[in-house]
Amino acid sequence: MIPELGHFALILALCIAVVQATLPLIGSFNRTAGWVALARPAAWGQFLFLGIAFGALTHAFLVDDFSVLYVARHGNTRLPDIYKISAVWGAHEGSLLLWVFLLGGWTAVVSLLGRRLPDVMLARVLAVMGMISIGFLAFLLFTSNPFERLFPVPPEGGDLNPLLQDPGLAIHPPMLYMGYVGMSVAFAFAIAALVGGQLDAAWARWSRPWTLVAWVFLTIGITLGSWWAYYELGWGGWWFWDPVENASFMPWLAGTALVHSLAVTEKRGAFKRWTVLLALLAFSLCLLGTFLVRSGVLTSVHAFASDPARGLFILVFLCIVIGSSLLLYAWRAPGISRGGGFDLLSRESLLLGNNLLLVVTCAFVLLGTLAPLLYDAMGWGKISVGFPWFNTMFVTFMPLLVVLMGAGPLTRWKRHQPAALLRSLRLAFFTSLAAGAVTALPLLTGSVAAGIAVALSVWLLTTLLAGLRQRLQHRGLAALPSDLAGRGGRSWYGMWLAHLGVAVFIIGVTFVTQFDVEKDVRMSPGQSIELGGYRFRFDGAAAHDGPNYRAQRGTVTVFRGDRQIAQLHPEKRTYLVQTRPMTEAGIDAGLMRDIYVSLGEPLGGGDWALRLYYKPFVRWIWLGGILMAAGGLMAVSDPRYRMRVLARPGSRAAQQAPAAGSHA
Amino acid sequence: MNPARRKRLILIGLMVTGVGVAVAFALSAFNQNLMFFYSPTEVMAGKAPQGHPFRLGGLVSAGSVERLPNGLTTRFRVTDQAKSVNVEYTGILPDLFREGQGIVAHGRLRDDGVFVADEVLAKHDENYMPPEVAASLQEAHDEATDVTDKTPP
Repeated sequence: MIPELGHFALILALCIAVVQATLPLIGSFNRTAGWVALARPAAWGQFLFLGIAFGALTHAFLVDDFSVLYVARHGNTRLPDIYKISAVWGAHEGSLLLWVFLLGGWTAVVSLLGRRLPDVMLARVLAVMGMISIGFLAFLLFTSNPFERLFPVPPEGGDLNPLLQDPGLAIHPPMLYMGYVGMSVAFAFAIAALVGGQLDAAWARWSRPWTLVAWVFLTIGITLGSWWAYYELGWGGWWFWDPVENASFMPWLAGTALVHSLAVTEKRGAFKRWTVLLALLAFSLCLLGTFLVRSGVLTSVHAFASDPARGLFILVFLCIVIGSSLLLYAWRAPGISRGGGFDLLSRESLLLGNNLLLVVTCAFVLLGTLAPLLYDAMGWGKISVGFPWFNTMFVTFMPLLVVLMGAGPLTRWKRHQPAALLRSLRLAFFTSLAAGAVTALPLLTGSVAAGIAVALSVWLLTTLLAGLRQRLQHRGLAALPSDLAGRGGRSWYGMWLAHLGVAVFIIGVTFVTQFDVEKDVRMSPGQSIELGGYRFRFDGAAAHDGPNYRAQRGTVTVFRGDRQIAQLHPEKRTYLVQTRPMTEAGIDAGLMRDIYVSLGEPLGGGDWALRLYYKPFVRWIWLGGILMAAGGLMAVSDPRYRMRVLARPGSRAAQQAPAAGSHA
Repeated sequence: MNPARRKRLILIGLMVTGVGVAVAFALSAFNQNLMFFYSPTEVMAGKAPQGHPFRLGGLVSAGSVERLPNGLTTRFRVTDQAKSVNVEYTGILPDLFREGQGIVAHGRLRDDGVFVADEVLAKHDENYMPPEVAASLQEAHDEATDVTDKTPP
């Protein structure tokens, strides 16, 4: 009964989405206030029914209703409750349901917080989001209904993929999807503005916080995914340039470019067309990501058995979305006014450089990701693009970006005297050069790459500190709290924090790739092996039973000199239902280094194949991600985004009244 | 030419040069990093490059997995049901590696015709077959049936 309710709720949500996508939009043109006013209730209604559908599926998992095909495939009575909930998005149908549910959520939030927007604008934004919702709901209902029944009812479910039975992965997809779906808001704002022909600073200010929030979620999602891959897959890697990883990384790159170019559009009125194009691009890449993950067209460690009809549906949807939005753009863009001019050396130019580098990098990632498809389609053979290529691309362009990133915040809008800029950057430049050179000395590391990384990181740090000094020049550190409370302050400190995150990330990435030590060994109980200045003693493996798995649990004691620093328990698990082996790594985490041990196979006589790692600074990678996300959140919390951005006719007095009141 | 226009021209010129250099560099690096995929039939027919890395995919032949005495080197055969290639890999194999499973291996051919893998991939999902492997199995199967069709009764 409840699954049918869920199914009906989905159908109703689709009907409401159709209303939401059409009537308010038409109303916004022929000035029918009643139709325009439909947008918000429709958004709420849609969210309500999507909530019911999502709740129904969750309920089916919690009560182990195996008469629902999806639950029978991915649920199990012995699954802990938390994983019964995360199993809802553990496979295709449910993850799409999560997608639309989150889209409904974002739509509702936009309609709630968008009360300050002009009605017509809000109606158009919600209508565009309704259209996206139609696409996904139709996809869900026609190709991948999560509520399909199964008869006869099996006594037990097929269980959730053991790899997904992990807290990191329970929250990774929702975070990533929040980011993907969030980009649809930026997209909807861009389309609505294009439709209305009003691409102005107000538009940029409306879409900025939404874009930032989406970007923050993407950042968190990617960081979580990387961390999960590191500890769960048991091979100690944190990024593989896998198509599915790229699928989340491309929107992030485009989103990062968008966040920066929105700043220019808001502050200076420049780059309008470019910003709109980026907003379209970012969301298109989100859709492309969904397509790549869901269609199984690419070989990927994430690829799951999939149905080509679904891939085709998303591909067609993708073409419609991209095609129609580009058409609209081509039609409207010539009418967009040019923004303020700027000099060759100005913050605008540096941000332009930032955008260019990010988009070029994004294009290369896209090329590397889609090249196998292209080659196959052209009959040039089956290829894959090597991991080293992506690394080379990234390592070539990112340092340039970091150089700009240091200089940008110290550069003035519109124009900056080259001599003055050089003066203010001189100290930072020489400090970072010296730091890099010292690091690269054979005595310390002897690695040029590490030297460059330290130089870049110190460059960011020193320029950030110089920026902080400039900002607090007149008042000193004591002014920090009031600056943080005021308008525009948190935006700046958010930027500061996010850029600091980049500095931390650079160190993490470079040091772990340059100095990590890895060894596959055969060990007998009691045997010790020296690696990276640590001694690993294997104390044998014994049987160990978990709630829904059986495991061989190894014990490895790690010494530094004579001091025992950790006892690790890597496991080889066999889950009872899906009967597949899984590696659970034993990790001793630390800020400066991780020690990582995973079990291979038993080799007879109590011997095991083991993989030992020493990974310096690996945590800094995710620490960098966390700092970036925190910076984004801080920028969103800036009170300036909650000001009344556009005076409505007759609202002048209303605006002045509270100001007068506060004096009283 | 007025100064504003000249500035814009310089800016655009810089951008175009920068992007052009980047693209040229990226594409040349791209060609060196392409890894082609070959099925066992193609490898046995000598189509795979000698000394260049490539990817080999297929099913792990039943009963072919053996471990060398040092304990960490594994030998097995990868087959597309028509031909099979000997593969050697030193290190820890992925969890889902087992006989009958579809895998993709990165590596190169040694002079004695053994494929020395530096990476072996098996997938997250048991039911999942890498598309290249599925296609090559299908091809090998088609060729086999073609041959039987053509043989006179």
